[in-house]
Amino acid sequence: MSQPSFPGSAEAASAASAESPNDLTVEDDTRADIPRHRSGGRQTGTPGGGGAPFGGGGALPTKRRFGGDSVFRWLTTGAGSVVLIIIVAIAVFLIAKAVPAIRADKANFLTHFEWFPNDPTNPQFGIAALAFGTVISSALALIMAVPVALGIALCLSHYAHRRLANGLGFLIDLLAAVPSIVFGLWGRDYLVTPVTELSGWLHKYFGWIPLFGSDGPYGKSILLGSLVLAIMVLPIVTSLSREVFRQTPPMNEEAALALGATKWEMIRTAVIPYGRPGLIASVMLGLGRALGETIALALTLGGGFGIGADVIHDGGNSIAANIANGFGEANDIGRGALIASGLVLFAITLVVNMTARAIVYRRREFLGSAA
Amino acid sequence: MSSMTTIPTPSPAPLTNSLRARRLPLWSLIATGVGAAVLAVLLFKVAGLMDGGWVLTVVGAILIFLIALAIVSTTVEGGRAARNRVATSLIYSAFVLALLPLVSVVITLVNKGKTRLDGNFFNNSMRNITAFDSGGGAYHAIVGTLEQAGIATLITVPLGLAAAVYIVEYGRGRLAAAIRFFVDVMTGIPSIVAGLFILAFWVLIVSPHFSPTHTPFYSGFAAALALTVLMLPTITRSTEEMLRLVPASLREGAYALGVPKWKTIMRIVVPTALPGIVTGVMLAIARAAGETAPVLLVAGGTPNRNFNPFQGNQESLSLYIYEQAAAASKYGPPRAWTAALTLVVIVLLLTVVAKLLSRRTKLNK
Repeated sequence: MSQPSFPGSAEAASAASAESPNDLTVEDDTRADIPRHRSGGRQTGTPGGGGAPFGGGGALPTKRRFGGDSVFRWLTTGAGSVVLIIIVAIAVFLIAKAVPAIRADKANFLTHFEWFPNDPTNPQFGIAALAFGTVISSALALIMAVPVALGIALCLSHYAHRRLANGLGFLIDLLAAVPSIVFGLWGRDYLVTPVTELSGWLHKYFGWIPLFGSDGPYGKSILLGSLVLAIMVLPIVTSLSREVFRQTPPMNEEAALALGATKWEMIRTAVIPYGRPGLIASVMLGLGRALGETIALALTLGGGFGIGADVIHDGGNSIAANIANGFGEANDIGRGALIASGLVLFAITLVVNMTARAIVYRRREFLGSAA
Repeated sequence: MSSMTTIPTPSPAPLTNSLRARRLPLWSLIATGVGAAVLAVLLFKVAGLMDGGWVLTVVGAILIFLIALAIVSTTVEGGRAARNRVATSLIYSAFVLALLPLVSVVITLVNKGKTRLDGNFFNNSMRNITAFDSGGGAYHAIVGTLEQAGIATLITVPLGLAAAVYIVEYGRGRLAAAIRFFVDVMTGIPSIVAGLFILAFWVLIVSPHFSPTHTPFYSGFAAALALTVLMLPTITRSTEEMLRLVPASLREGAYALGVPKWKTIMRIVVPTALPGIVTGVMLAIARAAGETAPVLLVAGGTPNRNFNPFQGNQESLSLYIYEQAAAASKYGPPRAWTAALTLVVIVLLLTVVAKLLSRRTKLNK
């Protein structure tokens, strides 16, 4: 910060303090409203350089109602409130467009399986099968991703050498940066072959488990979709739980080691119990991400509106994938129906995210910047 | 001295202390690994047990290794050490497992993407390209992505910055707590919901007022708005983190010199945190540029060049990938892969530069 030039400033200061003791205006923003003769030879316009006469001693600054500070304050408050406004607006506008479509629905929106809203005379659609597909694909994805993610997080926080961990963490961040459409394309064009083989194998040897009961065709199944989803959820859960593991107090770890614990026992007795709330939160945030994932599932799921325990048969659908796939041929009611399903998705993810954040906020100190 | 030499060395007592317990030498670990691999290949490949593909062979090798390790380690070192070894191997193999998809995606991208990586692709749109034409490109889509992400950035950066300043510098009480909480919650809003919101709000309700025929219309600007909804919480959150790292002594120094609070924020606090803020903004742009779902719902998509984001349908790179992947033409998927390669290069470039930039910041946690 530059200082006001000093030649003549003593005179200026005395003049200023003599004439206006209120010149020490902390609240003041621009000096333009102060007559130039008051400031004498002082150069104006430098931040903070203007107001303080030497020796001070004047009255306290008067607060200006429309000074720069209050304007700035209101501006930033407004910007902050935009977030709240947007969340409320999402709910309001989605409801506004969904209600007419649900009114026109000839079937029960919550329990009907099929999705045929575009019939002009007899629109019938329901969210049941879509919600089921969303939940089961997300759940499967989490079952596959969470153990691996926790392993990687432990590897990065406690096993790998610090410098190596930084580089490897960067690789995981790159995984997070790949757009979902690319994962979807990869799943559809590449991963589908190994998954088809795997499905046949699973059916042959584990066909007695209802999950693998189908005898084909295999390929674009819930298994493929949730595998792709697992890969996409992995980096989020990893980076959050890595931060959680890093927050473990060294004292706890050292105490466990000093009692003769092996490294794994130290992690089980000191690191994991300490970070448990943070781990739950990070898994839930991963769940929120998985529930809302659209394009990757739109490309890898086979479609259809059935409900069954089977995960390897062609088919499967989710709320978000159905919106992406069905939007093109939707008419007015069809669009409203898709918006209604989006409203359900919004409600589910909002609940999941708010729960996760509430957990994080209660144990704020654990997560810091990661959350 | 002499007495020391005459004392016979005590025969090793049975050791219970873990510090001096018997340890497996390194070569035995390697031998276990090699043995497991050979056994797996013999079982699954040569003997054809369970008609194994190579994935099964690898998984089988890892399982055999873990079991063998557990047995060997238990007999030599005891149960606790064995569990420790197995856990360590599991943790490292989790890492390898996670790198497999990354490597596979990169290899597939480069292999499939290079077929259409030519000047034609970057200089042409899809105008008048039928299913039987091999040409066509993504010029219009690249321009669309840049415009939409650019407009979204122009809207979001001032808004997000101001919101972060409010949270850090002014926010007290309930409103600030609510804003903080919902910024976090908003980062989890699915992108398709953001698209539906802009569809319901902008395209269906607001846009008819701007159209001469009073009908709803898609536009690149609507896509930019949807991206704004997605970028705003990310930018606010990362900026908030960076502003919190600015030492209080800098602010106090400015106040002591009589600088108004707003000027302290604009001239001292924000510039100090700037590298970190830029990193956050770039990561948000990278994420937004790759979003497909919201653009699919509100931009409309077009095979033609349209540089005007406020009028008429616009394409974007991710939407182009989605369209070409589903196209009923054998030339579609190669275009989709080349576009995917382009998109990944753009996104990764932004990410890597952002990460490098974040290392330059002087603020440390």
